[in-house]
Amino acid sequence: MKTENQRAWFFVLPVLLLVAFNALIPIMTVVNYSVQETFGNNVFFWQGLDWFEQILRSDRFHAALGRQFMFTGLILAIEIPLGIIVALSMPRKGFWVPVCLVTMALPMLIPWNVVGSMWNIFTLPKIGLLGYFMNDVLGVNYDMTQQPISAWVTIIIMDVWHWTSLVVLLSYAGLVSIPDAYYQAAKIDGASPWKVFRYIQLPKMKTVLTIAVLLRFMDSFNIYTEPFVLTGGGPGNSTTLLSIDLVKIALGQFDLGPAAAMSLIYFAITLLVSWLFYTLMTKDDAQ
Amino acid sequence: MAKITLSNLRHSYLPNPSGPADYALKEIDLDWKDGGAYALLGPSGCGKSTLLNIISGLLVPSQGRILFDDKDVTDLPPDQRNIAQVFQFPVIYDTMTVRENLAFPLRNRGVAEAKVAQRVAEIAAMLEVEEMLDTRAAHLSPDNKQKISMGRGLVRDDVNVVMFDEPLTVIDPHLKWKLRSKLKELHQRVKATMIYVTHDQTEALTFADQVVVMQEGEIVQIGTPVELFERPQHTFVGHFIGSPGMNILPAVVEGGHVTFCGHRVPVEGKVTGSGGVTQLGVRPEFVSLAETGIPARLRKVSDVGRHAVVETVVGDTAVKAVIEGELPEQGAEVHLVFQEDQTRLYRDGWIATEVAS
Repeated sequence: MKTENQRAWFFVLPVLLLVAFNALIPIMTVVNYSVQETFGNNVFFWQGLDWFEQILRSDRFHAALGRQFMFTGLILAIEIPLGIIVALSMPRKGFWVPVCLVTMALPMLIPWNVVGSMWNIFTLPKIGLLGYFMNDVLGVNYDMTQQPISAWVTIIIMDVWHWTSLVVLLSYAGLVSIPDAYYQAAKIDGASPWKVFRYIQLPKMKTVLTIAVLLRFMDSFNIYTEPFVLTGGGPGNSTTLLSIDLVKIALGQFDLGPAAAMSLIYFAITLLVSWLFYTLMTKDDAQ
Repeated sequence: MAKITLSNLRHSYLPNPSGPADYALKEIDLDWKDGGAYALLGPSGCGKSTLLNIISGLLVPSQGRILFDDKDVTDLPPDQRNIAQVFQFPVIYDTMTVRENLAFPLRNRGVAEAKVAQRVAEIAAMLEVEEMLDTRAAHLSPDNKQKISMGRGLVRDDVNVVMFDEPLTVIDPHLKWKLRSKLKELHQRVKATMIYVTHDQTEALTFADQVVVMQEGEIVQIGTPVELFERPQHTFVGHFIGSPGMNILPAVVEGGHVTFCGHRVPVEGKVTGSGGVTQLGVRPEFVSLAETGIPARLRKVSDVGRHAVVETVVGDTAVKAVIEGELPEQGAEVHLVFQEDQTRLYRDGWIATEVAS
């Protein structure tokens, strides 16, 4: 006979504590702020769901959310196909493999704020190499501190430069795991290179691509440091993404309640879209 | 369908091979008859897969020519040779249905849809996979996946040769037998030349009409299963085929007579050649225990069911025998008799006795 006791709970306890301290308690603090109003001195007044309503109805939030989706959409549309193309054209064997892999990994090793400052200096007109080249050699009027378009082009290129490698490395890992027999069979079956990609390489890369899309979505949707250091959200509000706006409300204006409500909405959107991506990309496997 | 001729074929994976040791294949001259069922048998690393890949065109040989019906195809890519190959691990297109998988090679060649549908139906019936035609291929069991990859080879009616590269490796033991007899049946129905590469003698001997035994990049013997079993041309074949393999015993030749550990042993026919290392070859099935003969001590008895394999020692040399009926005890002193017409002499590994007339 098995004796029944409650000892198993002790095994769960460490995880519970860990999750409590790294997720539950911080989030609950935010929830706490989101339904109250404070004027300092640790005095709080009950506010109900007013802040949520205010945020959801505010034009400022809609604009920042729109910019955020545009940014994430653009970098995904560039980084995923570009990453796959680079991975496909990398060598599979020999001396150049480690060279390529290390070179690829380099941008990812640079801290976010350093990336921001690097691109800032690099693109400043007159001072930066790119800025000088565009304005004084090519004669293109390019100034990311003054023109919204230039600022957008710069943050997109910066993110592509920083994170395409992640997609490349993940896709490459998927590619090298395909046994030679698949390519040989495809050759014998008379498949064209496009069909080899469509029916062998892409399906075999699907799992890692799902991970790549999810990681890139979450990272870019929550991006803060790089655009903040590069443009500070400007010129005007043109590159004020959600996180930058959130920090402005929370720390600039010290509106804790609305900021807390906004961050919960922000979190819910991130979660929802991640879930959508995951469900859509894995739905074929479940059949 | 075609006759396949390999002429003077050599292959090395190194850019500048210097000695024979650098060659994965050394001098292969071989004719595969149209419609034959062949097996390529040899231990791992003997070059059989290299040879297969050369025939399919995945590899270009360092030297020599490959002819399909006297047409030189050495430099043609795989898709222009009209061959089919089934790999060790089933290759299927995961995202397609079984039907699309089977149709794939035809559609790639621009075959008309009506004809595609007809061929797919025929092949599906032949392979008995009709009820799974519309399921996604990714969800099939390994033996069904292997059937589908076979089907992709057979679906083209202009196929010159179908090659199997150890196709049963990942199949469950109880399904291996079924799939093997299916293969045999397919061969009789489609009458295409089939080449079956394996290191498993049972698979080779049950599938093929002609077995090609390879060792270290060389063909050691080509023959029917019976020929390989009864009269191995080389000690390697004797040892490799059969369970247990042939007894290969040190022997001395003096004046046309063969002696083993001081005992004269009659062999099948006249001894040919001279010099070299001489060995005696006799299969355990043709060694029997008797009242008189070569004295030996019985070291080990393993009962394998229908018969028993006994290991005896003559001097320091182990001799195996397959015995039916009553068994002597372990450690017993026995006498061995070799059946004369099944006892052969090998010189430097190659057979050196004439067939008894």
